[in-house]
Amino acid sequence: MPAVSKGDGMRGLAVFISDIRNCKSKEAEIKRINKELANIRSKFKGDKALDGYSKKKYVCKLLFIFLLGHDIDFGHMEAVNLLSSNKYTEKQIGYLFISVLVNSNSELIRLINNAIKNDLASRNPTFMCLALHCIANVGSREMGEAFAADIPRILVAGDSMDSVKQSAALCLLRLYKASPDLVPMGEWTARVVHLLNDQHMGVVTAAVSLITCLCKKNPDDFKTCISLAVSRLSRIVSSASTDLQDYTYYFVPAPWLSVKLLRLLQCYPPPEDAAVKGRLVECLETVLNKAQEPPKSKKVQHSNAKNAILFETISLIIHYDSEPNLLVRACNQLGQFLQHRETNLRYLALESMCTLASSEFSHEAVKTHIDTVINALKTERDVSVRQRAADLLYAMCDRSNAKQIVSEMLRYLETADYAIREEIVLKVAILAEKYAVDYSWYVDTILNLIRIAGDYVSEEVWYRVLQIVTNRDDVQGYAAKTVFEALQAPACHENMVKVGGYILGEFGNLIAGDPRSSPPVQFSLLHSKFHLCSVATRALLLSTYIKFINLFPETKATIQGVLRAGSQLRNADVELQQRAVEYLTLSSVASTDVLATVLEEMPPFPERESSILAKLKRKKGPGAGSALDDGRRDPSSNDINGGVEPTPSTVSTPSPSADLLGLRAAPPPAAPPAPASAGNLLVDVFDGPAAQPSLGPTPEEAFLSELEPPAPESPMALLADPAPAADPGPEDIGPPIPEADELLNKFVCKNNGVLFENQLLQIGVKSEFRQNLGRMYLFYGNKTSVQFQNFSPTVVHPGDLQTQLAVQTKRVAAQVDGGAQVQQVLNIECLRDFLTPPLLSVRFRYGGAPQSLTLKLPVTINKFFQPTEMAAQDFFQRWKQLSLPQQEAQKIFKANHPMDAEVTKAKLLGFGSALLDNVDPNPENFVGAGIIQTKALQVGCLLRLEPNAQAQMYRLTLRTSKEPVSRHLCELLAQQF
Amino acid sequence: MQFMLLFSRQGKLRLQKWYVPLSNKEKKKITRELVQTVLARKPKMCSFLEWRDLKIVYKRYASLYFCCAIEDQDNELITLEIIHRYKAYFILDEFLLGGEVQETSKKNVLKAIEQADLLQEKTQNMYHSKSFIGCKKAY
Repeated sequence: MPAVSKGDGMRGLAVFISDIRNCKSKEAEIKRINKELANIRSKFKGDKALDGYSKKKYVCKLLFIFLLGHDIDFGHMEAVNLLSSNKYTEKQIGYLFISVLVNSNSELIRLINNAIKNDLASRNPTFMCLALHCIANVGSREMGEAFAADIPRILVAGDSMDSVKQSAALCLLRLYKASPDLVPMGEWTARVVHLLNDQHMGVVTAAVSLITCLCKKNPDDFKTCISLAVSRLSRIVSSASTDLQDYTYYFVPAPWLSVKLLRLLQCYPPPEDAAVKGRLVECLETVLNKAQEPPKSKKVQHSNAKNAILFETISLIIHYDSEPNLLVRACNQLGQFLQHRETNLRYLALESMCTLASSEFSHEAVKTHIDTVINALKTERDVSVRQRAADLLYAMCDRSNAKQIVSEMLRYLETADYAIREEIVLKVAILAEKYAVDYSWYVDTILNLIRIAGDYVSEEVWYRVLQIVTNRDDVQGYAAKTVFEALQAPACHENMVKVGGYILGEFGNLIAGDPRSSPPVQFSLLHSKFHLCSVATRALLLSTYIKFINLFPETKATIQGVLRAGSQLRNADVELQQRAVEYLTLSSVASTDVLATVLEEMPPFPERESSILAKLKRKKGPGAGSALDDGRRDPSSNDINGGVEPTPSTVSTPSPSADLLGLRAAPPPAAPPAPASAGNLLVDVFDGPAAQPSLGPTPEEAFLSELEPPAPESPMALLADPAPAADPGPEDIGPPIPEADELLNKFVCKNNGVLFENQLLQIGVKSEFRQNLGRMYLFYGNKTSVQFQNFSPTVVHPGDLQTQLAVQTKRVAAQVDGGAQVQQVLNIECLRDFLTPPLLSVRFRYGGAPQSLTLKLPVTINKFFQPTEMAAQDFFQRWKQLSLPQQEAQKIFKANHPMDAEVTKAKLLGFGSALLDNVDPNPENFVGAGIIQTKALQVGCLLRLEPNAQAQMYRLTLRTSKEPVSRHLCELLAQQF
Repeated sequence: MQFMLLFSRQGKLRLQKWYVPLSNKEKKKITRELVQTVLARKPKMCSFLEWRDLKIVYKRYASLYFCCAIEDQDNELITLEIIHRYKAYFILDEFLLGGEVQETSKKNVLKAIEQADLLQEKTQNMYHSKSFIGCKKAY
């Protein structure tokens, strides 16, 4: 703890602080502060010029008052004055004040920037560092704009002091993180890489941080860092514990730098150069060897530093995923930690092993620790450690140990912390489905889930069990029997009633032969739960009842009685009432044949991605399910789960490999053409309780589906990339696929839909835009049953686009499991008007072959439209104002789609402009207005579309204040009709 | 590193340092949530936890909790040692800048400060007392 200031002369400050501390009440404190503020104000306003010392003292007091939580609205000017002092403490207090107190839109910014500029140019390293620290601490965009170009120069200048280089590197990093577009890349990048060779370890540490961040965007520019990092690492790892003097931390040489170097190497694939690779492997082995040596100190700092390097080394080994020997050694090392007495190490070992489990080289080695992990799940006292253990069990699960793991997780669920129950439920549900050897086990497991943790069983889970039971006739009888038994329990969870109701409604006939479960018994059992259930469940049960009428004519009278009861027919809930009325009528007017058709057994569900898996991923972020592999490493995957087809008569759609559940082989979307609303009702159970059975698709949906891209004709060839296996850098991305423009056009007037689909991959888009900002979710679905490796989607800005549009992407997991979907979030900011969309380049390896694909990202300038309502006279006035020939763009074109006014309207609204009624004298014409919002400027747009039905032609006119925008919008919109 | 918080066992915030731009409202919310979460943990529990999409690394020294939020790919153990070093240094900018470790050598940090000393004889006491104030009363 620093000493309290002694005799540095600021007695006034010390007195003031101790006065405040001695204040007995809040009021006294405020009084004292107000007195002081008045005093300072008068000093600052007084005609006597203050010397630097007094200014410093008063600014300090203001700062202190601010830190106590009071607002300060003066003194900024004095603080700025202090910046130009050449006394260190004065300057330093000045910087402290503005770092803490000056916000970015202050008009003082110019003065401050000037002072910073002077200090940066001062060649006094201490002053330069103060200035750099200030820039980094404020880190605003304005600071970036003012200094981002200067800092690289300072960083690589030959005569910069080490401390200045350090600060410059990190300052630049901070600015880059805040606004990457402001930091210009250039020839300095090569020289930054060479800082890795610097004599000064502090400079190297700072440089590694900077490079690690920069190289993510431009890996090729910094590629040379690999060999430099390896040799640096090698020197550190092989040095004796005293070689590095100051940089040895509790007998560990340069732990921070080692970790950072290992981190940097994880930005790249394994080194291509054999010598470099050899040296690196040697390093990694040394680290693993050192872990076995006795500790040089008993201090926890020693073991933490040493193990930090070890864990980072293991991360790198896992990242490379190419050295079986190292992977197995890493696994053994982690195995030792699983039993370590340090909780932290057990936690990290479980976490790290989770990723090891997904490597084919170490999966088996991880599995040997199953008992230890199960034990951890049972005995760890810390919930976060138990959570890791559950994750690891999930990751190491395969067909050989699924039963054991699932039963352990179920047992754990009974006592699990509430916070993680839902996740455990999802995991059990997925494992049970994925590794089901027989489906009676699966049904038992899910029903157990509902019994043990019914509240945490989300809709996805019980929907899924219904889908599977419906699709597999070999389990239906068993399922009916089991739910019937489960429903016998006096108190059973509502989710059980839902599942029971649905299954008995479909398959109750399979157990009706047994007098203990005869139709009347089934009905009265279900109906005994009815009054305890929520509206959604009751609605479902009503559907079950009408199905019973079809299955068991003998129950008709009883059920009609129930439906006819006032509590149903006049139910306050409109959904229940409607169902009761419709079902009652249906059962009385329809003949048995009609009933049998309407209430037929549900057809098998088309296979979709397991909604549970999607949910787990949403909960855990991308990559959560990545450890779960497909059946690839499991030679037995073709038995029960693979082969049986529920409806052998149908032609199975070819699928690249045996689908785990055989569900994909079910008939493709054979949803019934909904002969009556009753049929729909049951389908709607799967659309959640808010289902609207009798409404057709909303106009919007109809519109969307109309615009949906047609299924592309298996452009497999497009994906087969003949390029060599080496991972190509981002700039040599291929040209967009031929239909990229066409796909882009589909999204001009809509924000959601399927952007691309072929046999391997489906890319879905959801996006929303507000003003000049947008957020886009990309969903990458692996349509095969084989994991995609090295999956990396990147967004590229061709040409000037970098300065026009800022797109921030989050990285996604490098593996996409078969049948799984990963989500990527893009944050988009429109800086100024732009004409070309960014490109989306997707690369991955499928079955060993590299695949690449370039699409146009559906971000067009009209997304940043804000509709503007205006009266007719305003519109005409503005229309006239924009009458210069270059402000107008016009196109006359033939209609490509049927000319339907409603569809046109919807498209124009989707385009983003407001539609103005009663403006154009001809009611057939459409008139719209809007403003395109960009960061730099706003562009007002007016448009007019005149359809000519006889000629099947349109005339489209756009007027905006910017010529290229008019033309571009006109082209975009003309393609839509 | 995204941010660092120091708070007492009573939940009083003593120091905060943010390395990502966030609104005050968000900062307050995060602080409240985290302080609660960390204080609720028992002494023997591990020093890491997952929180939102960040990892939290914390350590208690006497009655003061040091709590760092790091990103998914960052190393937990080395962060623990950052806390240890930080506690030893207590001088923010020389050690950590923009959320990255700037200088790990104890001696060099001190050297940087001594250099500042040379510029003016009445020196770093002020610097120290300033960070000291910052710790005493977090704004």
